Amino acid sequence: MSKFKKKKKGLPAISTASLPDIVFMLLFFFMVSTTMRETDLLLKKPVLPTASEVKKLELKSLVSTIYIGKSKDPRISGDKIQVNDKIIDIKDITSFIFVERSVRSEDEVKLMTTSIKADKDASVGTILDIKEQLRDINALKISFSTTKGTDLKSNY
Amino acid sequence: MARRENSEINAGSMADIAFLLLIFFLVTTTMDVDSGISRKLPEKTPPDQKNDVIVKEKNVLDITVNRNNQLLVENEFVQVTDIKRLTMNFVDNGGGLSAAKGDVPGEPCDYCNGAKDPTSSDHPTKAIVSLQSDRGTTYGMYISVQNEIEGAYNELRNKLALKKYKRSYNDLLDDFKENGTASLRTKIDFLKDSYPQIITEPEPIK
Repeated sequence: MSKFKKKKKGLPAISTASLPDIVFMLLFFFMVSTTMRETDLLLKKPVLPTASEVKKLELKSLVSTIYIGKSKDPRISGDKIQVNDKIIDIKDITSFIFVERSVRSEDEVKLMTTSIKADKDASVGTILDIKEQLRDINALKISFSTTKGTDLKSNY
Repeated sequence: MARRENSEINAGSMADIAFLLLIFFLVTTTMDVDSGISRKLPEKTPPDQKNDVIVKEKNVLDITVNRNNQLLVENEFVQVTDIKRLTMNFVDNGGGLSAAKGDVPGEPCDYCNGAKDPTSSDHPTKAIVSLQSDRGTTYGMYISVQNEIEGAYNELRNKLALKKYKRSYNDLLDDFKENGTASLRTKIDFLKDSYPQIITEPEPIK
């Protein structure tokens, strides 16, 4: 019987030598996939409305974003519009789009999309004014940014 | 002279450093995909050009939202959840003939499942949804209505796609994104042409 009792007692320690490799792999994944926030919001962060029939925005490099929301200062009422770190007037939207267009090549211009990230309490008047401005300069592709969900009750 | 052997650097803390970096990137990463309801704005017509199109009133579904976020569809007070059904009934009605193209006379809608009510829309290609909002309507309400209209059209396209191609419209779109073949393109275009989204937004109420 003694022949079979020669096995070591206890479990051998699990080698952790490959742990750094695994961690590095994860690290590189997150380093590559991470996107630092490019714009600092000068407005109160817009609470996006919920919608169920959403489409993903393709071609992220061709998207120009317009933020609409309330000012951080509670004394200032009304909707404020922000593009690229600046709060601007509705009239300046056209020049913003022109600047966005100037850095893209000509055949990309017609694929450019304007993403409107507006607070759910913003008024439709502001949105329609912006749409009118965009129509004036033929920037016709727009997307109303929403969060995906089925609970539409929270919108109103 | 005492010569020390090059001792190996202890790499045991490497994992700790890597973990620290990992946690940093985990926290700062934002993988937000921008998604939303996409719309194509109508082109602006030159001011000197008059192109008033005369449309029969029965081919227009009037949706009005006032500043208190209350909804009126065809002069009846409704809730947001009713809009999808009402829009689907209206678009899918098929009570008449489609618009005549040149010499080809209009045809009745052979894929519609609607009530064929002569007082409602003639044909899906003629049906117009009009969304009139107030300047004071909240954006959330506006998006909800837009979402319901989009949902109605998607469901109609899905139904037709399932009947014709045994695959839903959304699946076809996904397939097209993966490998866009010409046959898929024609299928999608056919569905889009069968139920074209004609949404008009008149000047808001001041």
